Amino acid sequence: MRKDDLYAIGFAALVCVVCSLVLSATAQLLKERQDMEVELDRKLNVLKAFGVPVVDEAGKKLSKEKVDTYFETNISEVFLDKETGDLLTDFTSADLPPAELRARTIEDKEHLPLYVWRDDGQIQKYAFPISGMGLWSIVYGYMALDRDLSTIIGVTFYKHGETPGLGGEVSTEWFQSQFHDKVIYKDGELQPIQVVKGEAPAGSDHQVDGISGATMTGNGLNQFMNRDLQYYNRYFSKVRGS
Amino acid sequence: MAKTKEIILDPLSDNNPITIQILGICSALAVTVKMETAAVMAIALTVVLTLSNVAMSLLRTVTPGRIRMIVEMSVIASLVIVADQFLRAYLFDISRQLSVFVGLIITNCIVMGRAEAFALQNPPLPSLLDGIGNGLGYSAVLLTVASIREILGSGSWFGLQVLPASYQGNGLALLAPGAFIIIGLIIWAQRTIIHKYEED
Repeated sequence: MRKDDLYAIGFAALVCVVCSLVLSATAQLLKERQDMEVELDRKLNVLKAFGVPVVDEAGKKLSKEKVDTYFETNISEVFLDKETGDLLTDFTSADLPPAELRARTIEDKEHLPLYVWRDDGQIQKYAFPISGMGLWSIVYGYMALDRDLSTIIGVTFYKHGETPGLGGEVSTEWFQSQFHDKVIYKDGELQPIQVVKGEAPAGSDHQVDGISGATMTGNGLNQFMNRDLQYYNRYFSKVRGS
Repeated sequence: MAKTKEIILDPLSDNNPITIQILGICSALAVTVKMETAAVMAIALTVVLTLSNVAMSLLRTVTPGRIRMIVEMSVIASLVIVADQFLRAYLFDISRQLSVFVGLIITNCIVMGRAEAFALQNPPLPSLLDGIGNGLGYSAVLLTVASIREILGSGSWFGLQVLPASYQGNGLALLAPGAFIIIGLIIWAQRTIIHKYEED
């Protein structure tokens, strides 16, 4: 091996080490703040699904304090048993096994979180996380239902790795607002919510317009939204029956 | 002294990276729907470009010629990731809107182009100025395009309503083809004014 080959290899190795050090230091330094932003964004999406205006007229987001106030006064988090649909009393997020904290979809969970919104002690609405495979990535979101557990108040998708401009449109306002007032429970049966290819028939109470160029992402949403809904319905049917 | 001035001012007009060299068009189309995203992108690119120019200039005498491009890529990629991490921590919403385009600064030809064409042959100080100059040249075009698109498309500027609320936004201005047309017109106007044409 020639001397300048050795030099080139050594130089490349040095550049790599320095670059890695800079990157790990930055990532470590900023992690806390980034995690805080992500958590705030998740909570904002729960609120948005519940129909709380999360941006004011000037386009400014709700402050962290206001978000936390909502979570303290109106929203409580409870857990359900996935198989039986029973409400787990005295079970909190602190009791979740570590594996479930990392769970990305309902398939990896045994305990299902449910957010309950109360006004003056009266239950007004429910929200729960929905997530599953889109085309390229796992899409995360929330769905909120009214007190009768039959009509959607809101659906949000807040984290995904779909193609910007195509599947990535799931996080836009026009797409999400379509879910408002769609009916998921009619005549004693669960009714599938459906993102159709192209335009939904006018007046349909359970279909929404698809995104052009993102039919596969829409198919993914159809699959996981209804799957998650079916699991949660094990509990919802008990609530409706009582 | 005259040369220093030239290094900074040249890329603003006579040798503008977007309108004359036609580099970095991808992001100029993608992030110019609103002033806010365009401004953040312009700042991010200027910072990355300046730092990468300085870094490559400092390394220019010790970098083996055969692996210089790989070294450039490593340095640029690291700087871009650092910039992206900062945006995620401090400008969360804007960083989400910019999505992949911050990461794509890595492949923005302006950054590597300036490292190759300038920083590798010049000492750190002129390279710094060259970075700032080209960053500003890029920013000027980005902000011009974004101003036209946001005002025509949404009737606002930096989110502030500037046209009467009855104004019906022009949808074309908000889409990529609208940006294409606007950039084309700017290139035409600028070349006509400064009399610089491609030779046949």
